[in-house]
Amino acid sequence: MATETHGADQGGLVFHPMDQFIVKPLFGDGPVGLFTLTNVTLWMALTVLAIFALLVLGTSGRATIPSRVQSVAELVYDFIRKMVEDVAGKDALVFFPYIMTLFLFILFANFLGLLPMAFTTTSHIAVTAVMAVMVFLTVTIVGFVKHGFGFLGLFWVSSAPLALRPVLALIEVISYFVRPVSHSIRLAGNMMAGHAVVKVFAAFAPMILISTGIGLVVTPLSILAISTIYALEVLVAFIQAYVFTILTCVYLKDALHPSH
Amino acid sequence: MEGDIVQMGAYIGAGLACTGMGGAALGVGHVAGNFLSGALRNPSAAAGQTATLFIGIAFAEALGIFSFLVALLLMFAV
Repeated sequence: MATETHGADQGGLVFHPMDQFIVKPLFGDGPVGLFTLTNVTLWMALTVLAIFALLVLGTSGRATIPSRVQSVAELVYDFIRKMVEDVAGKDALVFFPYIMTLFLFILFANFLGLLPMAFTTTSHIAVTAVMAVMVFLTVTIVGFVKHGFGFLGLFWVSSAPLALRPVLALIEVISYFVRPVSHSIRLAGNMMAGHAVVKVFAAFAPMILISTGIGLVVTPLSILAISTIYALEVLVAFIQAYVFTILTCVYLKDALHPSH
Repeated sequence: MEGDIVQMGAYIGAGLACTGMGGAALGVGHVAGNFLSGALRNPSAAAGQTATLFIGIAFAEALGIFSFLVALLLMFAV
C-alpha cells in the first residue's frame, strides 16, 4: 500500500526544480572554462539571432505598407522610443539605442527561455548583474560628466526640513548603491522563481503513471496549473523586460535632471 | 548529528523565508488596488500613469524576490 502511494520509493516522483539552471558544456562534459561553449552561449546566440531576424531581416523590405514582421519591429521601436521620451526626457534620446538593446535582449531571452527544454539566460544573476552594473556605471558617469559635483545634489533633498536632510541623505546614498543589486536580482529572481514553479508542477504531473488512486486527481490538476502558470510566465517575461528598461530610464532621468 | 541540526535549521529558515511572499503580495495588491481606485475616479488620467504603476509594483515585488533568494541560499549555499 505505502509503496503504491509514495512514488518516491520507486523513484517515480522526483523533484529537481533547479536542475534546469545548471550551466553545461554543449560538447562533452568537461569543466566549464572561460571559452567553453555552453548552453548559455547557445541560447544567447539564439537570442541575438532572433533579434537580428526581427529587426534586420524583418525590416529589410522597407515597405511603405509594412509587412507583419516589419510592423512588429516598428511597434517595438515606437514603444521604447516613446517610453524613453516620456520617462527620461527628450535629451535622453541619445541613450535610446542602448535602452532598445537592453529591452530587446531581455525580452527575447525571457521569451526563448519559455520554450520547453530551453535555457533561460536571464535567470542567472551573472547575466543580469552585468547589465545592471553597466546601467549603474552609465548613470553615475553621465551624472558626473553632465553636472560635475552638482550631481551629488541628488542625495540632498532640498524640499525636506533642514534637520531631516542628513538622515535622508544617508538613506538616499544607500538606496542609490542598492540599485544595481535590486535591479539585477528582480529580473533573475522573477525568471528563476517562475521556471522553478512550472518545474515543480511538472514533477507532479506524471503521478497518474505511478499511482492510479490519487494520481487521477493530481495529474489533471497539475497539468492545469502548469498551463495557467505558463500563461502567467509569458506575461511576466514581458513585464520584467519592460520594468528593467523603464527603471533604466528612471535612473537616467536622475542622472540628467538630478534636482529633487 | 550536528550537521543534521544545521541542515534542519537551514530548511526551517528556508520555509520561514517564504512568509516574505505574503508581504510582497500585500504590497503589490496595495499598489494595484490604489491605482484602480484612483483610475476609477479619474479614468482620463489613468492611461498616463501605467508606467508609474509598473514601477511601483516592481519595487514592491522585488522585496518578495529577495526572500525567495534567501530561501534559495539557505537551501543550496549553506
